[in-house]
Amino acid sequence: MSSPSPSSTTPSHADLHELSVAELAARLASGSVSSVEATQHFLARIARHDALGAFLAVDADASLAQARAADARLAAGERTPLLGVPLAHKDVFVTRDFPTTAGSKMLAGYRSPFDATVVSRLGTGLGGAGMVTLGKLNCDEFAMGSGNENSAYKLVQNPWDVTRVPGGSSGGSAAAVAARLVPAATGTDTGGSIRQPASLTGITGIKPTYGRCSRYGMVAFASSLDQAGPMARSALDCALLLSAMAGPDPDRDSTSLDLPAVDYASDLIASSADAARAAPLKGLRIGLPAQFFGAGCAPDVLAAVRAALGEFEKLGATLVDVSLPLTELSIPVYYVIAPAEASSNLSRFDGVRYGHRAAHYLDLTDMYKKSRSEGFGDEATRRIMIGTYVLSHGYYDAYYLKAQKIRRLIAQDFQTAFAQCDVIAGPVSPTVAWKLGEKSSDPVANYLADIYTLSSSLAGLPGMSVPAGFGEGGMPVGLQLIGNYFQEAQLLGAAHQFQLATDWHQQAPKAFA
Amino acid sequence: MALTFKDIERVANLARLELRPDETERTLAQLNGFFALVEQMRAVDTDGVAPLAHPAAVLGQVALRLREDVASEPNQREASQASAPAVERGLFLVPKVIE
Repeated sequence: MSSPSPSSTTPSHADLHELSVAELAARLASGSVSSVEATQHFLARIARHDALGAFLAVDADASLAQARAADARLAAGERTPLLGVPLAHKDVFVTRDFPTTAGSKMLAGYRSPFDATVVSRLGTGLGGAGMVTLGKLNCDEFAMGSGNENSAYKLVQNPWDVTRVPGGSSGGSAAAVAARLVPAATGTDTGGSIRQPASLTGITGIKPTYGRCSRYGMVAFASSLDQAGPMARSALDCALLLSAMAGPDPDRDSTSLDLPAVDYASDLIASSADAARAAPLKGLRIGLPAQFFGAGCAPDVLAAVRAALGEFEKLGATLVDVSLPLTELSIPVYYVIAPAEASSNLSRFDGVRYGHRAAHYLDLTDMYKKSRSEGFGDEATRRIMIGTYVLSHGYYDAYYLKAQKIRRLIAQDFQTAFAQCDVIAGPVSPTVAWKLGEKSSDPVANYLADIYTLSSSLAGLPGMSVPAGFGEGGMPVGLQLIGNYFQEAQLLGAAHQFQLATDWHQQAPKAFA
Repeated sequence: MALTFKDIERVANLARLELRPDETERTLAQLNGFFALVEQMRAVDTDGVAPLAHPAAVLGQVALRLREDVASEPNQREASQASAPAVERGLFLVPKVIE
């Protein structure tokens, strides 16, 4: 990059929110902008667009203290890929510098004595990548939802149309990135909660292989499914974040994969030269499951997905038909397993060690019941009820065990498909973002909308959403790419080549450009 | 198979939840709607299939790791108890449980 001309006056920072993570990092490294200045710029944007509902907590003093720490490292000559770049965390990651609520009244005012592993790996503390936290992002209560309408605090608007949902459960993360309030954000994905809001807001997000990122310090929803991942505008920016977030956490998360951290971003930057070649994705076989392209998917979504797949063919990839016969069954299987695990995880909220306690009660049991009933919202209550029922005596075999058996069949079907292809592609969501309130009274309608993301979550596979065009009402459509275990680099590489050839990921909603 | 009011009350008690009568009614209708969807699982032949509790099992990491049994964290009692509803002299307070 060119060095600033000596005659230039202080460069204008008005465009900082238009920059990618990589571009912002380069500016910080060149010294033409400080982390404090960048942080102030984004904090001002967050304040201006407060009505979007993306943030649950901001604290300028805490953010600026982190920014000064990053600036000190920059001044000392450190040049690492994310140093000084701001981001925000989904409110299910516990943070010392900001309150953590998981979108629930149950945790109103809760302050964690420690940072989640993902937060400390990205942050400005010792050994962290040096990113500055701008605040905590709204989400569905305990990450349970597909429209962010289950947040106990406020709705999140979709920046492309503020009368629509941003998706969920990482809806605040998606809306904040799409509206350019943050260069990047963290999200969590249990059954699609990174990919679906990314799709509905036109940004890029990746859910890594189960266990790639430590779950330490993530408020637990369904422990055999929960996984953290980055949400940003491009595959390259996601790769930069994932490189810092991922890696084993042997003493703190027994399910974190014992695989060395990977520098996903360098691979992508190196592969950028390939784009000049006629067919940079030559040899890549993309499997299209018939079940992802049926009548259940809206025509506008299918049209955008098919056009994107046509672009992949132009880049040299070949399309092959595959089958994932249990796709529809993934809905009941997921909605038995995830609530079962949730009912167990949420039993910790008893009004004793942390969280809400009722003001009036008769005895200990009554205190538990009143505290929990007052603290949990409708969807959390519903899932605790479902989970408790399927785990209860006499029903365990018919529901929970049966679901776990089908879960294995679903995982096996993916391996059969991957014998014929390298990655699997399809829509993320059967429709574009729906109107706020449209489905909020019908929980099963919400569950059905998760059909394309649940099966890969149950199998523990990595998946991503890549902006692929626009559908009904000018709303964004995401292309889902699913990889085999540990193949995040392949997914990011394919998405990066697609993004070098297209500009869907660079489009901004007009009101936030 | 449809759930009854009694089922909802039994499960709510197990889950230590207290539902108002209107909530019980709504929950009953919603759970019956949901379990109609779950009935689809019956049609899948799972004879001889081992349940998959965890993706780690497919990834070859069957046994979960154990760490050394040593104290690795600093004592943060005060910070940990700062968010507790009722604390006295470092102890969590609960209603009397033993007469």
